[in-house]
Amino acid sequence: MTLIILLGVSFFAAIVLAFVGDRRFAPEINILGSAATFIASVVLAVHVYYEGPMIAGRNFFFVDAFNVYLTVLTAFVSMTTAIFSRRYMRREREHGRVSHWGMRFYHAMFQLFIFAMLLALLTNNIGVLWIAMELATLSTVLLVSLYRTPRAIEAAWKYFILCGVGIAQALFGTVLLYFAAEKVLGEGGEALLWTNLIQVSGQLEPTVLRLAFVFLMVGYGTKVGLVPLHNWLPDAHSEGPTPISAVLSGLLLNIALYALVRCKVLVDLSTGTNMAGNMMMGFGLLSILVASFSLLRRKDIKRLFAYSSIEHMGIATFAFGLGGPIATFGALLHMLVHSLTKSSIFFTVGHASQMHGTQEMSKIKGLIKGNPLVGWGLVFGVMAIVGMPPFGVFTSEFLILTATMKDAPLLAPLLLLGLGVAFAALFRRVQPMISGAVPSNQKPVKASHIPIILHMVLVLIIGIYMPNFLSEWFHTAVGLLK
Amino acid sequence: MNIAAQINSILAALVLLTAFGLLVQRRIYGLLHLFAWQGLFLSISTGVVGYVARQHHLYISSILTLALKVIVLPYILHTLIVRLKIHKEVETVVNIPTTMLMGIALVIFSYHLTAPIRELSTLVTRSTIAVALATVMLGLLMMITRRHAVTQIIGFLAMENGLFFAATSATYGMPLVVELGVGLDILIAAFIFGIFFFHIRETFDSLDVEQMARLKEEE
Repeated sequence: MTLIILLGVSFFAAIVLAFVGDRRFAPEINILGSAATFIASVVLAVHVYYEGPMIAGRNFFFVDAFNVYLTVLTAFVSMTTAIFSRRYMRREREHGRVSHWGMRFYHAMFQLFIFAMLLALLTNNIGVLWIAMELATLSTVLLVSLYRTPRAIEAAWKYFILCGVGIAQALFGTVLLYFAAEKVLGEGGEALLWTNLIQVSGQLEPTVLRLAFVFLMVGYGTKVGLVPLHNWLPDAHSEGPTPISAVLSGLLLNIALYALVRCKVLVDLSTGTNMAGNMMMGFGLLSILVASFSLLRRKDIKRLFAYSSIEHMGIATFAFGLGGPIATFGALLHMLVHSLTKSSIFFTVGHASQMHGTQEMSKIKGLIKGNPLVGWGLVFGVMAIVGMPPFGVFTSEFLILTATMKDAPLLAPLLLLGLGVAFAALFRRVQPMISGAVPSNQKPVKASHIPIILHMVLVLIIGIYMPNFLSEWFHTAVGLLK
Repeated sequence: MNIAAQINSILAALVLLTAFGLLVQRRIYGLLHLFAWQGLFLSISTGVVGYVARQHHLYISSILTLALKVIVLPYILHTLIVRLKIHKEVETVVNIPTTMLMGIALVIFSYHLTAPIRELSTLVTRSTIAVALATVMLGLLMMITRRHAVTQIIGFLAMENGLFFAATSATYGMPLVVELGVGLDILIAAFIFGIFFFHIRETFDSLDVEQMARLKEEE
């Protein structure tokens, strides 16, 4: 029942918002819908926390510790993003960057996007997981091109084509997985259910699964934004409206990684080797290194943080690939804290670029004096994202680094190099933007306080004292992903 | 080899042939026709497999393919082409022999890659899995080598055809809920690229995606 409400609210809200259009209260409906989704997700989480994993809707839905925390996270970040987008989009509308139809489209697609992500997380069927991933891509393509500038259209086209091609590879991988599963489980929808697959994973044909994983890795890896499949990501993040950058970076990448991890567990269980894990480690490490060095040469503030997202998804992918209780715990935590921190950074970045009317970093100055919330928000966000204690990212990166030193000591220097370069690059870029006097081209902006402060406080709390229920969840999830 | 498997092989060969045709066809209308033919062969092949293997849900897939890939999508594309007034456009395709040779290499690669699956499979359609993968690869090659937005979309749809063919030949089709979902996604995609064509045309005055290089320059 909770599941139906959880999925239904966002779907229903999408339809309502398509009709409400550009009316004055549309952003409020958007917030209301997202808040209802969040409440439903918390109810679901409490239920799963006390009763354990659950299967519902004739095996169609499956909720365990791994996906329930991502569900709550998704619902939470989409709620805060909806709050942020109220003021942000209103200003964009007043400045004529978005048309009347654009606003209608924006709100409806925002909710549809949330629906697609929640469906991807909650479904038990790996075929439906693929469909939901594709739906999540499609619903955001036209949001990336919302401003209709040549650059935005180019970015959206790139996003559409590259992710379309990528995810087609994942479908081929899914077909191969079904081919292997059908031999053991028989024909029909039952053979694509994750709960069934995991039970018979030992009997699945290893050669087929190995081949399947190559396709799944390329396919979902494109959506995670792993190097060398990352080309679409900086463009899509920098040219779309900022609330969309925040949810793409904070949520969609997580969901793609979730899909990949689910497949990895199956394949490694079947082959009895660490082949899938090793592939993920390779892609992850390459992403960390390439992305951190790319940070050095960025001029556009949103592209800067888009590359930072590639780096962090690389870290999480690497850690999941490494496996073992500590690294997996670290990876799960990293997905959570990165999502919270990065979306908060994008909120401040959005306001900063609205204040200066540009995304070029050389033209953004004096943020702390101009708007203390935006300035300090960016400072704390960057401190958190580079992994400074006491923020949560430090904890997760520390765990991952410890596990690397223990299990793959030769890779630890490379990982440290990537983290170090990213640290230096981000501070070098951000420091001139926050300090100094207020430049003449800066205009005041009404910032959204709640989302920025809420996210940073949460990241801080997780870094200082992790709540009991969270670590219990993670421990259970680690057990599931062994 | 029984007769059904032979018919299926012929249809697979025709699908592959159309995939090669798409790779080098320069006229937009020619591409559209080839794409519709590919869909038709796919639909017949699915129907034949359904009959031979007594998999009745494949009839539904076959009809869906016929409706979606032979009628609806070509119709949408046709309308778009007429509206955009690009039906007379001829795309310059460079290096046709090289592209063809690369295509052949991809087919051989696909046969090599799917060898373990052919050995494991007991279905009548097992020999066509390689063709299915080759169709996917050729669609991909087409998207890389061609620069026209409409051509790229046709390449994308041809890839989707290959995937559908793979599902039929490897496993007698995916479960119905998945196939319906995939079909729905393609329809939404068609809606989106339709809007896109107009946006690209409005902003760039042409559907040649070569002009979209602003984001690259900045790097």
